Amino acid sequence: MQYMLLIYGDEKAWEAQDQTERQAVLADYNAFAKKAAAAGVLRGGDELLPTASATTVRVRQGQTLTTHGPFAETREQLGGFFLLECATAEQALEWASQIPGARAGSIEVRPVVQF
Amino acid sequence: MTSIEPAAIAQAVERAYRRESGQVRATLIGWLGDFDLAEEAWQDACLSAVEHWSVHGVPRSPGAWLTTTARRKAIDRIRRGRAAARAPEALETLPPAALVITDDLDSVDEIPDERLKLMFTCCHPALPEEQRVALTLQTLGGLTTAEIAAAFLVPGPTMAQRLVRAKRKIKEAGIPYQVPPAHLLGERLESVLAVLYLIFTEGYAATAGDALIRQDLCDEAIRLARVLEHLIRRERTDVPETQYAEVVGLLALMLLHHSRRQARLGAQGELVLLSDQDRSLWDQREIQEGLALVDKALQMRQPGPYQIQAAISALHAQARRAADTDWAQIAALYQELRRRADTPVIRLNQAVAVSLAGSPAEGLDLLNALAGDLEGYAPFHLARADSLRRLGQTEAARRAYQAALVVCQNSVERAAILAQAAQLDGAG
Repeated sequence: MQYMLLIYGDEKAWEAQDQTERQAVLADYNAFAKKAAAAGVLRGGDELLPTASATTVRVRQGQTLTTHGPFAETREQLGGFFLLECATAEQALEWASQIPGARAGSIEVRPVVQF
Repeated sequence: MTSIEPAAIAQAVERAYRRESGQVRATLIGWLGDFDLAEEAWQDACLSAVEHWSVHGVPRSPGAWLTTTARRKAIDRIRRGRAAARAPEALETLPPAALVITDDLDSVDEIPDERLKLMFTCCHPALPEEQRVALTLQTLGGLTTAEIAAAFLVPGPTMAQRLVRAKRKIKEAGIPYQVPPAHLLGERLESVLAVLYLIFTEGYAATAGDALIRQDLCDEAIRLARVLEHLIRRERTDVPETQYAEVVGLLALMLLHHSRRQARLGAQGELVLLSDQDRSLWDQREIQEGLALVDKALQMRQPGPYQIQAAISALHAQARRAADTDWAQIAALYQELRRRADTPVIRLNQAVAVSLAGSPAEGLDLLNALAGDLEGYAPFHLARADSLRRLGQTEAARRAYQAALVVCQNSVERAAILAQAAQLDGAG
């Protein structure tokens, strides 16, 4: 079964960190990815650029509405993701707790529907 | 060639900077795919022009000269940057033909006009509106960051930051440099028109501060609307008439509003209401052009919000005295407008027209229904005050003027409200 681990955090705090602090966090992420790959569960994952670069598309009554955002007013933003292959939800949650972002922000774990 | 007066050269460069910057920037951005590099190369070229033109004279086509020179400067910068590891691949990604630059700068006459692409990129809906406005004014309008900041009353660094964010987003989100494909053209053109209209209205009715009209913003909006109309007419025959009619309508709307600028402010810079304006001060040339454009747009039989507003403005322009105004027709046009966008402000204007068409009681009913939406909007209270005055309810009118003063920020408008309230005392 595949689980999407969505990493939510305060992107302003992330942007405010200096180079050394970021390097440390990125090293932690690398370590996590290596561990998950070695365990054979890693199916994908990446960091996302901040919400300032995001665009939202809605279609209403056949009209496409393109806007900037999502707005960064919410406290936490989606900043990255991992796609993992796990046998059970418990395993996915266990992996989620090891994602560095879980320490400051939160990880949303969502089973992926596979057709 | 003889050397030329430095002052005359500085003036020629300044003129070229204003007139050509949008088109040259558009070409450079299209060619380099990089707003910042294009900007740097453009600045380099302008410096170069000061030196060169004072020795060799002003070239036959300053815009083409500046474009070609800016291209060279960009290549220089890319080469230097490669040594410093900045944009290492940029030169390879340029089409080979672009690297062939003629040596005879005077022989270059025309460069393709890419401003339409630039407009759509700057006004892309993925950018926040304030960034669209700032970026359009900077890249297409040729206003400096300091000028744009002053026009919108924000500190220079804030505006600079806004422009940096806009350019970064274009790069990061991959917003393309193109005229959108047919199925997106409607939505995107709407956004371009909205940005131009926003620039115009910010200049026409400044929301804060002491100057009521910021002339440069109005001029710039009209100039850009002309460019847009011209480019669509010349290059984009596949723009549907529904949308082209709105482009013409917007240009007409701006010209008709703008024609009244001399009459809108009194000797002390105070606001003069439409009904009290000296109509001989209205700019007849702009009115004639605006009326012709309204006719042209309406003949396409694809009415849209800008055309309807222009038609309303045209009725004002055609009334020789305020008392001659066809208010019934104006009220009907507002009804048309409401069918497309039923906003409280449009209802407010309709209520005023109904009141002036001879039914102040009916107008007042329409106004009272808007109280919840427009409590914080000074024109709402002023419209109520006027209807109440017409109905002889002096005390209620006085309270409405006071309510207007509470919510009005602009010092010129506040003075006008006080003057109207004082007239009430004189009459009552």
